[in-house]
Amino acid sequence: MNSAPSSVRSILSLDGQEIQFHDGETIYQVARRARREVPTLCYDERLEAFGACRLCVVEVEGMRTPVASCTTKAAPGMKVRTTSPSIEKHRRTLLELVVSENRQVEVNPLRGYASQELTTLADRYRARNGRFQGKQSGRSHRQDDNPFILRDYDLCISCYRCVRVCAEQEGDYAISVRNRGFATQITTEFDHKLKDSACTFCGQCVQTCPTGALADKKAMRAADAPGEIRKTRTICPYCGVGCSVDLMTKGDRLVGVQPAMDGPANQGALCIKGQFAFDFVQHEDRLKHPLIRQPDGTFKEASWEEALDVAAEGFRQVLRKQGRRAVYGIASGRAPHEAAYTMQKFIRAGFGTHYIDNCSRA
Amino acid sequence: MSNPLADMAKPDVIFCIGTNMTECHPVAATGLKKAIARGASLVVADPRRTRLAEMADVYLPIRVGSDVALLLAMAHVIEREGLIDRAFIENRTEGWEEWRRHLKAFSPEWASAICQVPPVDIERAALLYGRGKPSGIYYTLGITEHICGVDNVQSLCNLALMTGNLGVEGGGINPMRGQNNIQGCGDCGAETFVFPGSVRIDDAAARDKFAQAYQRPDLDLGQPMTKVTALQECGKSIHAMLIDGENTVVSDPDRIHCEHALKSLEHLVVIEIFMTETARLAHVVLPATAWAETEGVATNTERRVQRLRAAVPPPGVAKPDWWIISQIARRLDVPGFEYESAGDVFDELCSLSPTYGGLSWERVSRESLNWPVPTPDHPGTPMLHVGEFTNGRGKFRVLGYRDPAEVIDSEYPVWLTTGRRLQSYHTRTQTGRASGIDYLLSEESLEIHPQDAVAWGFRDGDWAKVTSRRGSVKIKVRATERSPRGTVFASFSFADVPVNNLTGSGYDPTTHTAELKVCAVRIEKSSG
Ligand code: SF4
Ligand code: SF4
Ligand code: FES
Repeated sequence: MNSAPSSVRSILSLDGQEIQFHDGETIYQVARRARREVPTLCYDERLEAFGACRLCVVEVEGMRTPVASCTTKAAPGMKVRTTSPSIEKHRRTLLELVVSENRQVEVNPLRGYASQELTTLADRYRARNGRFQGKQSGRSHRQDDNPFILRDYDLCISCYRCVRVCAEQEGDYAISVRNRGFATQITTEFDHKLKDSACTFCGQCVQTCPTGALADKKAMRAADAPGEIRKTRTICPYCGVGCSVDLMTKGDRLVGVQPAMDGPANQGALCIKGQFAFDFVQHEDRLKHPLIRQPDGTFKEASWEEALDVAAEGFRQVLRKQGRRAVYGIASGRAPHEAAYTMQKFIRAGFGTHYIDNCSRA
Repeated sequence: MSNPLADMAKPDVIFCIGTNMTECHPVAATGLKKAIARGASLVVADPRRTRLAEMADVYLPIRVGSDVALLLAMAHVIEREGLIDRAFIENRTEGWEEWRRHLKAFSPEWASAICQVPPVDIERAALLYGRGKPSGIYYTLGITEHICGVDNVQSLCNLALMTGNLGVEGGGINPMRGQNNIQGCGDCGAETFVFPGSVRIDDAAARDKFAQAYQRPDLDLGQPMTKVTALQECGKSIHAMLIDGENTVVSDPDRIHCEHALKSLEHLVVIEIFMTETARLAHVVLPATAWAETEGVATNTERRVQRLRAAVPPPGVAKPDWWIISQIARRLDVPGFEYESAGDVFDELCSLSPTYGGLSWERVSRESLNWPVPTPDHPGTPMLHVGEFTNGRGKFRVLGYRDPAEVIDSEYPVWLTTGRRLQSYHTRTQTGRASGIDYLLSEESLEIHPQDAVAWGFRDGDWAKVTSRRGSVKIKVRATERSPRGTVFASFSFADVPVNNLTGSGYDPTTHTAELKVCAVRIEKSSG
């Protein structure tokens, strides 16, 4: 994480415009605030800046060579140019190099939250033609049969975002790096399956990977399904942390979950349950129709009218025969407020008692 | 939680007790890991050597159910060493002198015999907590699921009060709530002791307000009945039940008793998304919409009220819970159930709850705030107890240690404790149906210490029969140093290994929370 800006304010010049900044801010952060489109690949604002890809370089007056804006702190009086023909040329060359290393630039957006970053930049800089064709770093790890995370290392550009998110955000250190340069390879300890590492399958590496080299296998099952990906903001259904997520749907199908980077409780983090355990929702076991138990113990499908009548009648009978203290309600800690509220109102308004409770005692 | 989740990265000293946070609240645990990376100290008290325990500066593997003894001794050391916050005690608390005198008797040596950890470690933990500026306390069900659950929580409050760790950034007493909306469920009054807004049912003014709002002049003043009592009363005074989305049979302690209770009802209606073990016992099962299909609101463990949104249509004719409940109510001529949307229901809640007074469907759809939010322009309350307590002064509660409801003896010589695992949730009605989860966790196992395994003649994967005074289960054995010697662990997630046949030895007398964390068992070989 970058150090929190303090209240001290100074001024620098950004492309000729005077901009105020807080002590501790980097040039990149100032430029972002001023809506400059500085390209990045190894940057994730939740992580310690790393300065590896050098796409974010800017010119600073008085310095001989361009500097990486993500790692350079803003200073009073600094004169910064975020773009110039030579900077743009430099960025394009870098991107061409990166692209040429890659088997594939265009990847399915279902792969992960950041998976389109390289594609988008390659298009913006028209860097798709392969001047450095043939050189490839990394290799795929297809023998890892885990059902959650695809490790397609042919697409890896060694930005280390996965390694850093695992260490800095998760504190798990499950991913490591072997070798350097073109032979660099992202892997786990001893190159084993993720299952045999410290990995908890939180999916953080998948969501920060800018090339789709690490990808969400479960979401990818819907890669060929027709329709646009739609996203709906909601909250994870499992524990009390209340992480914000975006549900990904194609038509009526729930295809996956991505963390909300601005989620107040999670800031982009999730655990295995929030990330990968979404598909109970459209499981074939779901109850689809009201059911009424028959005298022989089996259940019969019924219409809402019929089932609600039977449900209400049973309470009416008990109320008549045994009085209002014979009815009890149990609410769920999993259902929303509206369920809990109507449950307690049903008991309090319906019977005048407080015979209502929930599962927090168990 | 008294403090916001964002505070988790801020304490100087973190004291975790009875919380397996890296597995049960993983994303919250990342905050603590950051605090540690930044140099914060961690004290962990837990019978099991959890991941959190491995990260601790001081780890106290206390015997299950001995928390109060540990906390008394820590208070003793803090008082003896003068690590108290005098100004805080004087300005904001009462009962200090009595508490201080009471503490004298509870030395680390005394606690050591009960907790089975060395006195010097208790001393170190106390010094760390007492010196931290600030020190934050985090706990989960490991504290509350005991017959002395209330005493456990009070003991933690006492520690925070004497050191002035309330109402400060990074401090506080922070229970991590288990389920996504268990906090909200209580906020809504779906709890026998309170009305919506957490106002107690023996508050006459509140009773009158709700009697009027609900057109129910005969609404009881007081007279709660907990679920535990209700289950005991099934077939006696309770004859009908409406259960909304709770798999009572698998999640509650003492399954055999629970099944029997539900079967003796004249009328049982269950609202569910799957045919659970509980739904099977119902006379009528009504299909509800699930998460991702339902518009609504939920409150997380830091009291943050957040919007849930629907993204896909429900299967068949499934309907939102509020609609189903309202339809039953209308058929019974109960007034006030003419809702047309989730928003109508939520707005009514806000109009009746003092803590939600400033919220509305429109506002929660725009922003998420921590309650209390008393007025429409109120920014929410991320931290409680700043400057003052709502009920006046913070009270020191003089309390002592009690044994668990059940202690080991020659017939049942092993402690059993229960909990959750990272990959599965509760009774697995949901995670069990999410593809891939089985790859990591396909069956339940009984965790026993490797030396116990040798002593009892087990190898990994052998079948064991575990018996308590209430029942027995067959379960595969797994040797692991996560379990201390003489204590075994299992989760209650798998219906085919009904660990809650064993638990349920007793309940906290005030809250009726079941003592799921401790019971005495016997372990024998089994053929599987
Ligand atoms: S796998 Fe992805 S995130 Fe990791 S180094 Fe390679 S490109 Fe970067
Ligand atoms: S993603 Fe994990 S930590 Fe976050 S709310 Fe869901 S279950 Fe809890
Ligand atoms: S983004 Fe600055 S060097 Fe990569």
